[in-house]
Amino acid sequence: MTLQIYVPADTTAAALGADAVARTVVVEASRHGMPIELVRNGSRGAYWLEPLLEVEDEQGRRGFGPVSPEDVGELMAAGFPNAGEHPLALGDVDDLPWLAQQTRVTFARVGIGDPLSLADYRAQGGVAGLQRALTLSPQGIVDEIKTSGLRGRGGAAFPTGIKWQTVLDAPADQKYVCCNADEGDSGTFADRLLMEADPFQLIEGMAIAGLAVGATKGLIYLRSEYPRARAVMDAALALARQEQVLGDDVLGSGKTFNIELRLGANAYICGEETSMLDSLEGKRGLVRYKPPLPAIEGLHGKPTVVNNVLSLAAASTILASGADAYEAHGTGRSRGTLTAQLGGNIRRGGLVEVPYGQTLGELVDGFGAGTHSGRPIRAIQVGGPLGTYLPAALLETPLDYEAFAAVGGMLGHGGIVVFDDSVDMSGMARFAMEFCAIESCGKCTPCRVGSVRGVEIIDRIRAGDQPELHLELLDELCDTMVDGSLCAMGGLTPAPVRSALKHFPEDFQRPVGPGGSYE
Amino acid sequence: MHSQLELTVQEALAAHGRRAEALLEILHSVQAALGCIPPEAVPSIAAALNRSRAEIQGVIDFYHDYRSEPGGRLVIQVCRAEACQAMGVQALETHIQATLGIGYHETTADGRFSLEPVYCLGNCACAPSLRIEDDVHARVTPEHFDALLEACADDGTDEQQPARHRESDEGGAGGTAPEASP
Repeated sequence: MTLQIYVPADTTAAALGADAVARTVVVEASRHGMPIELVRNGSRGAYWLEPLLEVEDEQGRRGFGPVSPEDVGELMAAGFPNAGEHPLALGDVDDLPWLAQQTRVTFARVGIGDPLSLADYRAQGGVAGLQRALTLSPQGIVDEIKTSGLRGRGGAAFPTGIKWQTVLDAPADQKYVCCNADEGDSGTFADRLLMEADPFQLIEGMAIAGLAVGATKGLIYLRSEYPRARAVMDAALALARQEQVLGDDVLGSGKTFNIELRLGANAYICGEETSMLDSLEGKRGLVRYKPPLPAIEGLHGKPTVVNNVLSLAAASTILASGADAYEAHGTGRSRGTLTAQLGGNIRRGGLVEVPYGQTLGELVDGFGAGTHSGRPIRAIQVGGPLGTYLPAALLETPLDYEAFAAVGGMLGHGGIVVFDDSVDMSGMARFAMEFCAIESCGKCTPCRVGSVRGVEIIDRIRAGDQPELHLELLDELCDTMVDGSLCAMGGLTPAPVRSALKHFPEDFQRPVGPGGSYE
Repeated sequence: MHSQLELTVQEALAAHGRRAEALLEILHSVQAALGCIPPEAVPSIAAALNRSRAEIQGVIDFYHDYRSEPGGRLVIQVCRAEACQAMGVQALETHIQATLGIGYHETTADGRFSLEPVYCLGNCACAPSLRIEDDVHARVTPEHFDALLEACADDGTDEQQPARHRESDEGGAGGTAPEASP
């Protein structure tokens, strides 16, 4: 049997040298006269092991990582040994506790095979959800999503089934399904991983949404910072059209659903759904007033489903395996699985999919194995740049929407960024305001001007200039931004600022010299 | 020169169907071909899409990706978002700025590099990250950056079209695709 060698083509794997490893595999195999088939799979999301090389032969599949080009020849000469026989040998990757202890549902297929093989996708259970959806009425599909308890994975956690129902009930000559793939939150990469490693699942989920609400056209709004995801999605869309997963005769049903991919142009605010819709119409990405909701008047004024990549992908799993199977995971009103992303100063970073309800500590200390620097954890930001900073003392907080809200936080898109004890928290608070000033769409004053004033006030506090007065002023400014901003950008920027103040007040009490300010 | 610009604009419009909703893609195509979206391109785009010139210029100014003036032959984006800060990107950006002798939004005097901040490349588990054209690099140290810079010089793409974007008003900017990154 020809030896199959897998080397991920994913962005992070490539950023760590996977392309060079793949080239060396070909060269060394030829030098050793070894017949191989090289597969550029997606990553499994165990980024701390990338580049993760896997081989498959009669003995099964076993992994090695992190592998550098220099290691390839040696591993090949040693006949790709089993775990324990070589420092890089991991054995069967599926048995690694880091992966085995996860509950991979949406990410069950990532990293196994070639992301662009529709045959592999079908063999691993893909397309079954769409096939089942074609046997149901639109209301039947929406009911299935409602029963699953799926809540929007983009950050706002709005029940997906309710959103779909609104679009289904809105009469119109044209409706749209828009996938928000403008994954701008720092610390998040789950959408990117899914698109690069399992693109057909997103396509299938969008087609299901189209059938559910009566939309014939879908758009994917992808951020321009993800060139590899774009290449994979472009190729996957072409294959899906060719194989009639998309088109005017979806799987031979006579139903129509097409998808167009559009690239953003680097603007964080376009991850806000109404701003994204304006951008998809070829305009500046300005936030719209709500109401009307996009479900009633969305793209080009027509009823529009706007969902995150992971919400749409989950729809294909829910239709394939049944709403009850999905709903069985999780806790309270947080059903299904959480796709947490461990990043920042973390030893074992990557994508961790677990049922809702595990604690922050179980992820950061358990899966993450603490900080990369080896120093103590001081702060954890959960939920992106608009998320709350939590101290290590709150590691026991369970990861579900309600428990997190109780400590003043939000799970958002599941980004978890760890900082060690060298972090300067007044500097991070300043950065939150600075980021808002850079990325505000400018439509409403509390966000556009408030963020600039916020940077100035924090600078004065950091310089020791009348700190009591300026702390009070900062508090009032935060109130104004929370109460008066049009969207979450201005409305939530105070969250990281206030949580930094609340949990790390000592960082606002010692003056920082001009060299200490972050710019 | 001017007809070359017009040709590029017409190609971009044709590729994306002369639809106002595809404006971002049209602008991406023009910039990929010319290195920027020159102010002279705006009237043709506006006329073809039945939008005002102010609307087109507004879009160009709103999004960080677009530039109205030529940048360097290679664009280096340094991620300044939280995950990269947690891994010390501040020290890295200080090193990069000192090495290149420029700040953010600036281009080196020889026209080789433009430096831009970016807020997340989706590589947060292996920070700090930077992107040179379409290649992302992980766990970048100052030494790693120096090696990357040398690789850019070594592969020669850097030398083929001296100061192409710099002299766009003198006919240097053809409709060629941007250089492939190493």
